[in-house]
Amino acid sequence: MNALSIAGLSKTYGGNVHALKGIDLDVPDGDFFALLGPNGAGKSTAIGIISALVNKTAGKVEVFGHDIDQEPEAAKASIGLVPQEFNFNVFEPVLPTVLNVAGYNGISRKVALTRAEYYLKKLDLWDKRKTASRQLSGGMKRRLMIARALVHEPRLLILDEPTAGVDLEIRRSMWEFLTELNEQHGTTIILTTHYLEEAEALCRNVAIIDGGEIVERGAVSQLLSRSMQETFVLDTRGNPDVAPELPPFTLRLRTENRMEVDVPHGHTINELFQGLSGQGIEITSLRNKTNRLEEFFLRLVKRKTGDGA
Amino acid sequence: MSQTIRNEASEDAVSLTDTTAQAHAEPLDLMAINRIAFQTIVRKEIRRFARIWVQTIVPPSINAVLYMLIFGSLIGSRISDMDGFRYIDFIVPGIIMMAVIINSYSNVVSSFFSSKMQNYIEELLVSPVSNLTIVIGYVCGGMARGLLVGSLVALVSLFFSEIRPVHPLVTISVAVLTSMMFSLGGLINAVFAKSFDDISIVPNFILTPLTYLGGVFYSISMLPPVWQTLSMFNPMLYMINGFRYGILGTSDIPIWTSFLVILIFIALLGTIAMTLLNRGTGIKH
Repeated sequence: MNALSIAGLSKTYGGNVHALKGIDLDVPDGDFFALLGPNGAGKSTAIGIISALVNKTAGKVEVFGHDIDQEPEAAKASIGLVPQEFNFNVFEPVLPTVLNVAGYNGISRKVALTRAEYYLKKLDLWDKRKTASRQLSGGMKRRLMIARALVHEPRLLILDEPTAGVDLEIRRSMWEFLTELNEQHGTTIILTTHYLEEAEALCRNVAIIDGGEIVERGAVSQLLSRSMQETFVLDTRGNPDVAPELPPFTLRLRTENRMEVDVPHGHTINELFQGLSGQGIEITSLRNKTNRLEEFFLRLVKRKTGDGA
Repeated sequence: MSQTIRNEASEDAVSLTDTTAQAHAEPLDLMAINRIAFQTIVRKEIRRFARIWVQTIVPPSINAVLYMLIFGSLIGSRISDMDGFRYIDFIVPGIIMMAVIINSYSNVVSSFFSSKMQNYIEELLVSPVSNLTIVIGYVCGGMARGLLVGSLVALVSLFFSEIRPVHPLVTISVAVLTSMMFSLGGLINAVFAKSFDDISIVPNFILTPLTYLGGVFYSISMLPPVWQTLSMFNPMLYMINGFRYGILGTSDIPIWTSFLVILIFIALLGTIAMTLLNRGTGIKH
């Protein structure tokens, strides 16, 4: 069964702004799925419709087989939502914030208290349980929204930019937590993110949405294999005056002892190293310029807007 | 049974539970979900006004004391009987009712509007709770404050007046129904409100004047015929006089007319509130 099935989903704001233009999307049960796209692409609108915050214009959405129009309660009970913007009562302390949402989902006070303690401890917020939410740091607020979304133990967790504005350490710990949730407990996870490294590290499948349409979809590994080239940053010993000519690779000097190289799909780093050794250039270190999915994504979006080849 | 209810029944469901299809195969127990959700909303609403009691409970009580002190004891002692009662005894039911009306309304309009402004209304919208439960929950929260402040004012009035309800059941019924009606009104106001100005316009420019003109401080039998007729279009007249009938046993309006008017308004406002929430007016894009 699919965790999420979307068919012909459209949303038009004010009669002339077409935020979604009839998208189709299936997310299998147990998947870790990324929905990527530039700002204003329609990601948040899609999530808003799935989670009953936005009225759709046309189309059909099913969550674990429950149509959001025919069986809205069953569909909503299956979803945990972590929205992009903070949406809790800033005057309410942390613990009641989680307990209230448990109550809205029909979870008894006793079970809700135990669950809230479990998730708040898991997300390092238990010590802050009596603190008003407005006094939390940005990262804590994000984690509060995750605890709140999980307290009814949904089968589908949707996170809209969950790590925006979160420092690296907390981001990594959130990744570990989400991976555990997906792998050990079978929770289907859909996330949107601007950090494509995040999508590449966490997700098995991805859809790229742009201008209200899905422009690419598939397994992350499959999309990456279709990437036409990868760009690396090389640190060198010695500083050539001009960028070495080494077809089919394209090299550019950047700063002292540093150059960038485009490696076309089908060619190896070994070939590059051999060629550079032949010209007497020694490489001391190498890294990706951007993450691979990001490169693919940028090329795709550029191509669509006519900015690139 | 559903995951949610299964977990409610399970006392030791602490950790992440299995999410197999079987665990979710049975239909949701919507009655149980809505019952717990209702309790949660009411608890949250009472906690809200209790937490800010200096803003929500104290000022209306002080206002009522001032009314009774000035209009009742100081000026009232120089005013002759009204409908056969001392002036202070005549105005106390109206002052209690004013407190019930304004506080029921203000509680729901403030709370629901805040939940819209800060977007935490979304916590309810993404949950499997029905719109009817949301309406009843917020209305009960408003009634809790309206009736609490009304009771406090009634308690204070014992220092100024010696009245005791002649018809206690009528007194309580009118207070409860009026409180329900204005809580619904507050909810509708909050749905349409886009700024804090929008939630103060109705209480300040409509409710308060209509209450003053609804016979709190005078009997409409004192008015010229044309004003008496106009007063009949003021819904507050029916509530204040219904309540006065419960306490003093006298009223400008037959008691069943009062009940009928209040019930018609409840049905009307309740239908409007449900329609607005079902459409998502003001809360969904």
